[in-house]
Amino acid sequence: MKLRIVHQTVYRYDRPVRNMVQSLRLTPSIFEGQRTHDWLIEVSGGVRGPGFRDGAGDWIEGWTVRGPTAEVAVTVTGRIETRDTAGVLRGHRELIHPLAYGRDTAATKADAALKDLAASVAGASDSLDLAHRLSSAVSDAIAYVPGETGFHTTAAEALEQGKGVCQDHAHALIALARLRDLPARYVSGYLQASAAAEAHEAAHAWAEIHVDRLGWVGFDPANRCCPDERYVRLGSGLDASDAAPIRGIAAGQGIETMDVAVNVEEVERFQAQSQGQTQS
Amino acid sequence: MNYYNEMFEGSQVREPYARLSEWVETMPADFRQMKQAEAEALFRRIGITFAVYGEGGDPDRLIPFDMMPRVFEQAEWRKLERGIKQRARALNAFLRDVYGRAEIVRAGRIPARLVYQNEAYEKAVVGIVPPRGVYSHIIGIDLVRTAKDQFFVLEDNCRTPSGVSYMLENREIMMRMFPGLFRANRIEPVDQYPDLLRRTLESVAPAKCHDRPTCVVLTPGHFNSAYYEHSFLANLMGVELVEGADLFVDGEFVYMRTTQGPRRVDVIYRRIDDPFLDPLCFRPDSMLGVPGLMDVYRSGGVSICSAPGAGVADDKAIYTFVPEMVRFYLGEEPLLQNVQTWTLWKDDDYRYVMENLADLVVKEVHGSGGYGMLVGPKSTKDEIEAFRAKIEANPGNYIAQPTLALSTCPTFVEEGLAPRHVDLRPYCLCGDRIELVPGGLTRVALREGSLVVNSSQGGGVKDTWVLSE
Repeated sequence: MKLRIVHQTVYRYDRPVRNMVQSLRLTPSIFEGQRTHDWLIEVSGGVRGPGFRDGAGDWIEGWTVRGPTAEVAVTVTGRIETRDTAGVLRGHRELIHPLAYGRDTAATKADAALKDLAASVAGASDSLDLAHRLSSAVSDAIAYVPGETGFHTTAAEALEQGKGVCQDHAHALIALARLRDLPARYVSGYLQASAAAEAHEAAHAWAEIHVDRLGWVGFDPANRCCPDERYVRLGSGLDASDAAPIRGIAAGQGIETMDVAVNVEEVERFQAQSQGQTQS
Repeated sequence: MNYYNEMFEGSQVREPYARLSEWVETMPADFRQMKQAEAEALFRRIGITFAVYGEGGDPDRLIPFDMMPRVFEQAEWRKLERGIKQRARALNAFLRDVYGRAEIVRAGRIPARLVYQNEAYEKAVVGIVPPRGVYSHIIGIDLVRTAKDQFFVLEDNCRTPSGVSYMLENREIMMRMFPGLFRANRIEPVDQYPDLLRRTLESVAPAKCHDRPTCVVLTPGHFNSAYYEHSFLANLMGVELVEGADLFVDGEFVYMRTTQGPRRVDVIYRRIDDPFLDPLCFRPDSMLGVPGLMDVYRSGGVSICSAPGAGVADDKAIYTFVPEMVRFYLGEEPLLQNVQTWTLWKDDDYRYVMENLADLVVKEVHGSGGYGMLVGPKSTKDEIEAFRAKIEANPGNYIAQPTLALSTCPTFVEEGLAPRHVDLRPYCLCGDRIELVPGGLTRVALREGSLVVNSSQGGGVKDTWVLSE
């Protein structure tokens, strides 16, 4: 599938801020399911800082905005060709041992209800089957209802409410997988949503579980599926905060508001090269 | 139990203490009291009252200074030095390895779980090789002695070991109060430590640094119990002492705000723990760190000493594998021995420990400062049973060791000179070279019979001498 993506995040401040520093994980992963055609990150008024590929295989880019400024826009435009790998992250170069993803964070820490839910999943024939069953259990236990949870909602809280969005589904699945001794991590990316009535949001998140023989495999409990060609993978972490596409901080007393617009569009063919740049 | 007395063999004075013995015997009691008061006044005036090793307790409490030095002869020290440097090389090789290909795990010499699920293991630095491959630049190795030629490593400190200012101040004050002693004995100096530390830091400047590297000491601030040491070391090294807010990231580098405008910083000797270094990489709520620092570090724009993630080499579970590291990476036999350690997550060890609690010392894997530990032979039946319940609840959280017959050193007490138990922390510097000043910090358990030297548990400090040839 050929996808054209425009993703803009605008930060506005009621009073100007200075020395904004950002760490961006906004470049598609390199693996068999993705081939990036061109990809451009721009930060208004910003200076591109260090860029490097980290041990998880993610391309990280630092940006600084000296300011003072009352508005900073982070704009990503790119074109990428995707292929369905049935959720398997094949051909992805990374150095971090899966066991390093066995660690809980505040967002994924298990409470009694999560433990009960994890224990209730039975009959799995192998770790892949178990991962599928855990993902279904999360889909069943947490209904997709936007607006009920926030960025700081934990897996335990979302399960208690029985409602949440993709972030909550991913956190809950990570918690369950870790309880069953499967390393699991949070993945942020995009989803081409317009085609599917079920799909919910374009800036998306799901979980990956490390299973025998296959390695990392994606699971999206919010959509009851494994990532396919509609998905674009950006990067991973222990939880939403650790895997955030944008982490930033600015000096100043300004109150921040944020607007996000994501457009993931399927195109017939890519037109002539734009002047974008490709990272590899 | 029989304890090795470092000064006396029966009634005979051991060779290194020969001249000191005269000094003590001829010292009138009132003179001693006067000098003791003088020493305390000096420490107070300098303001060195912080708790060693982040042990907590009253930050303004003076740690008692004992005027009776502890003495090593040259040959003893040479042996120790070789062992310490060997261990430091192995620890850094281990860190290089576990953030790289992890050969030691692949070879099955150390369980993967212990490394990767360790709280101090930082996946953010996997694949990052710091300049010269050094992760831990200042390693404090805690040693105890049980016989003339028998030393054991109690623990390694690979993050930001504190207490070196005591080593320097103890010497300074002894020289000021008893200049005659330093004429009568030929004692190796320690005051080159700050220069060596600075040289070490400069030697690990990033490749992107082309001039003489600019080094800084990064402190969490004056409310930190070791703030005195941070400012003391910065001062003696002739570098700036900064807090997170004094530094900022711009483009590919880190800068320090100065009255002459921003100045690029190449090497950061940080005294801030990993989780607080950079809110964009670790704890988002940290106000102590520098936003964006880790991206600059990971792309080779600045060096951080010790490197983030260095702590994985020094916890008590990993400790049991350090002799294995020496063999695996260096192909040598360890010169310094570990204390025999039972790890309670192993069934056999668990059974043995539970049957012998009264004879053992049990510690928490992540504990420090002498808290949360059981000293079997010094505990009542009730205390032992209470501790047993804690172990049963979470065996993986504990290790046990035999109760060591810690050596004693004569120490001034009310009645005069009396033997008290001691340990030793030398500070090993790792950069382009591995350096060790002859000496370290001797801690002494001031309470009679006590084996716990931690300052929070009634410990004091002593000047530590290494005699010249």
